[in-house]
Amino acid sequence: MNFPIISSLILLPSIGALFLFFINSKNITGIKYVSLFVSIINFLISIYLWLIFDQFSYEFQFVESRVWIKDFINYKVGVDGISILFIILTTFITPLCILSVNSSIKNRLKEFLIAILLMETLMIGVFCSLDLVIFYLFFEGGLIPMFLIIGIWGGERRVYSAFKFFLFTLLGSVLMLIAVISIYWIAGTTDVEELYKLGIDPKYQNLLWLAFFSSFAVKTPMWPVHTWLPDAHVEAPTAGSVLLAAILLKMAGYGFIRFSIGLFPVASEYFVPFIFVISLIAIIYTSLVALMQDDMKKLIAYSSVAHMGFVTLGLFTFTQQGVEGGIFQMISHGIVSAALFFSVGVVYDRTHSRRINDYGGLVNVMPKYSILLMVFTLGSLGLPGTTGFIGEFLILMGTFKKSFLVAAIASLGVILGAAYMLWLYKRVVFGELTNQKLLKIIDLNKVELSILTLLALSIIFFGFYPDPFSNTYSVSVENFINEYNDKLNNYNLQNQ
Amino acid sequence: MINLFYISTEIFLSLSILILLLIGVFKNKSELFIYNFTCIILLVGLAINIKLNPQSPIDLFNNSYKIDYFTTLIKSVILISAFLVMLCSLNYVKQNDILKIEYPILILSSILGMLVMVSSNDLIVFYVGLELQSLALYVLAAFKRDNILSSESGLKYFILSALSSGLLLYGCSLIYGFSSSTNFDLIYQNSESIEYGIIFGIVFILVGLAFKITAVPFHMWAPDVYDGSPTSVTVIFAILPKIAALTVFINFLYGPFLEMFDQWQAVIIFLSIGSMVFGAVAAIGQKKLKRLIAYSSISHMGFALAGLSVGTNEGIQNSIIYLMIYLIMNIAFFCCLFMLKRENQYFDKVEDLSGLSKNHPLLSLSLMIILFSLAGIPPLAGFFAKFYIFTAVIEQSMYFLAIVGLLSTVIAAFYYIRLIKVMYFDEQKEKYDLNHSIGLKMILVISSTIILIYFINPNIINNFVLDITLI
Repeated sequence: MNFPIISSLILLPSIGALFLFFINSKNITGIKYVSLFVSIINFLISIYLWLIFDQFSYEFQFVESRVWIKDFINYKVGVDGISILFIILTTFITPLCILSVNSSIKNRLKEFLIAILLMETLMIGVFCSLDLVIFYLFFEGGLIPMFLIIGIWGGERRVYSAFKFFLFTLLGSVLMLIAVISIYWIAGTTDVEELYKLGIDPKYQNLLWLAFFSSFAVKTPMWPVHTWLPDAHVEAPTAGSVLLAAILLKMAGYGFIRFSIGLFPVASEYFVPFIFVISLIAIIYTSLVALMQDDMKKLIAYSSVAHMGFVTLGLFTFTQQGVEGGIFQMISHGIVSAALFFSVGVVYDRTHSRRINDYGGLVNVMPKYSILLMVFTLGSLGLPGTTGFIGEFLILMGTFKKSFLVAAIASLGVILGAAYMLWLYKRVVFGELTNQKLLKIIDLNKVELSILTLLALSIIFFGFYPDPFSNTYSVSVENFINEYNDKLNNYNLQNQ
Repeated sequence: MINLFYISTEIFLSLSILILLLIGVFKNKSELFIYNFTCIILLVGLAINIKLNPQSPIDLFNNSYKIDYFTTLIKSVILISAFLVMLCSLNYVKQNDILKIEYPILILSSILGMLVMVSSNDLIVFYVGLELQSLALYVLAAFKRDNILSSESGLKYFILSALSSGLLLYGCSLIYGFSSSTNFDLIYQNSESIEYGIIFGIVFILVGLAFKITAVPFHMWAPDVYDGSPTSVTVIFAILPKIAALTVFINFLYGPFLEMFDQWQAVIIFLSIGSMVFGAVAAIGQKKLKRLIAYSSISHMGFALAGLSVGTNEGIQNSIIYLMIYLIMNIAFFCCLFMLKRENQYFDKVEDLSGLSKNHPLLSLSLMIILFSLAGIPPLAGFFAKFYIFTAVIEQSMYFLAIVGLLSTVIAAFYYIRLIKVMYFDEQKEKYDLNHSIGLKMILVISSTIILIYFINPNIINNFVLDITLI
């Protein structure tokens, strides 16, 4: 038995949270250092995992399996080339969130950090679980800490947003629970590896696909069930928004790859037009909505919906470029949206306003901030040389193979994306310094500077040199698409 | 003689009741002594009961009384939960001036009635047990006799319960008329062909039992009685009669009338869906915690019934697991209610929870865990309870029931998280007292810890029910 490295990745933040629980809540520095320490250790473990990960194998690696509920469910975790990147994204963003609480969280710091660490456990668990029931536990368990993060530390309309977030997500996922149990009775197991081998009877696939879709669509979020996201983002504290945008939304995208497409190839093929249509609506419609926002966080929230529309578009092309693009776009959006929310958090902490009209001319008083925000804006709109470009480019390439029309409409989204992001940047950073309050504003402090610089560097570095990511997932994606095509061909042969 | 040996638990409880009555009559100011002694009696009864667990099923008194693993398990659960209830409500009973000698003795007699109900294998024996249980509970509901709400709830419970007992008796007589026996085994043999008389009888008996477990549409009494009775009695209402009545449901439906599964399944599904949906919707507007938990228990009973409607051993086992987790969550919830007191006055409105998390972080943390668990959010115990039920339901392809049930959990989640919102997001109020008894604190800590860490090894509770095979 090897060292259970994945389980320790999952458990370590919880142990840290338990440790925090026993620290006196007045000892603020102690609390911060413990949680930061735990999350950085976790990051280092995940990097170590990445280093010893075999990139040339598409098998699940570091698999751990033990009996959990007798004769029913096994606790099974493991990673492949796709999931490991999401784990690293999670462990990378979490320490930054913990660093950022310095200025934004004033009361109940201990509880906040406990919630963040529990969240990390659950998020890593989602990306590693190789059993449907285990996946559901982690996926749904995230509701509790996130509900509290929005509700306790949020803005003025936090109660409304927290309830909306909770109920929307719960409603989506109960149908997934029914589907998970049904799969157990149809196929006799909920082990994902086994299910990949066995396949699921095509006659059930459409309904099961829809049940999973209802959950992932709410979480992604796809049009028309995206309305909880802007509310949740606007009211959540900075760290909460970052976790939400950078990682929670990716759980759904990951779920589409691992479960919707992986388990139900026939149904996925059947529903491609449906996905394309709502992805396109998400891209175009939410981009237009984003143009009209006067609240910075809302604008970025709507842009997230649009970017996730690209992701679903890419994943459902079932081409090497499209799927790789979808994965890359998720990682890239994880970094970029985290950076944008951190940036909004920086100015919000100083002025307590998120309205775009209250800003303008920031470049005169906050030069460092303005430079970094420029990088994030360009990353978000997909300028070549940033991570955003690679994702969108691959997705559009994959889509062109499938349908010229869809790709052409989606390309419009890129233009709209540039429009709202640049306009936002222009209104916030350039122009006359009209608001007198802004005169006294101070530029980034050391912590903020280091968070934002780290994010900016990774956006540019991986924008020029995406190989570390693409090498990791390319074998897995190739195998993923081959298996998908095999299963589809088998099905078509049987039906002829 | 050998017959009497196997019912030592019941005999022991009956003798204790008589002795305690005598002590109460002849000794002055013996209330507290009797109360404490009752707790010990419950524990001794539990020990006897576990010791007696028979290897193979035993039929006593011409097959009218049955003792096997299933009844022993349920009796143990009843005795343990009665003990916990007594332990956690001691302070409440003292401070509300309802600590009279009759109080523990009445509880003990209703427990005795429940034990008889659980073991009964004959309609007459079953009815005797049921009435013993109910009569004691009528008095308990009205125990705070100077309080108008308590008297009202006792009266309401008495009248409606008498009506349902009447229906139940009528059902028994119909069954007797058409199968010429009151014994479950003989009824099974005599009712091979499906006769409408027997089906009518089953329906009437189900109505009577549904009344006891507050299944919709026989739930009207529950909110008023829960609200009016003293909280220490409400917790009994919320837990004990439901375990007993649900066990009778199982014994009754899966015993003599197993062959008529197709006939009664529709009734159970109807009761189940009605309870789940109504319990979830009606609780939303409630302002008092006791009324809210009444509706919540209505909807929880709906889930337990859903497990019974399946017609498999897994369904029954999962219903029992559901009941066990339900009772842990309810005891824990009521422990929290007992802690909401200031200068000997107890509070039970939703708004009294306002800002609890600032003044009492640990209490509100436990209450939050309990509420999320009641709402069925993973990874807490309440989720697994529902998960098992729906596993059994979906095995039989009853998708409609599963979808309605799960959607009703979403509706129900709304009012549970509303309480969490009040505790965590609202402004704080005055502090509550902290001088709680150690028993109360222990029960709260242990039960909320069980709820929280149940997921680490679910087999511990599941193993208890694996041996229950009725079909």
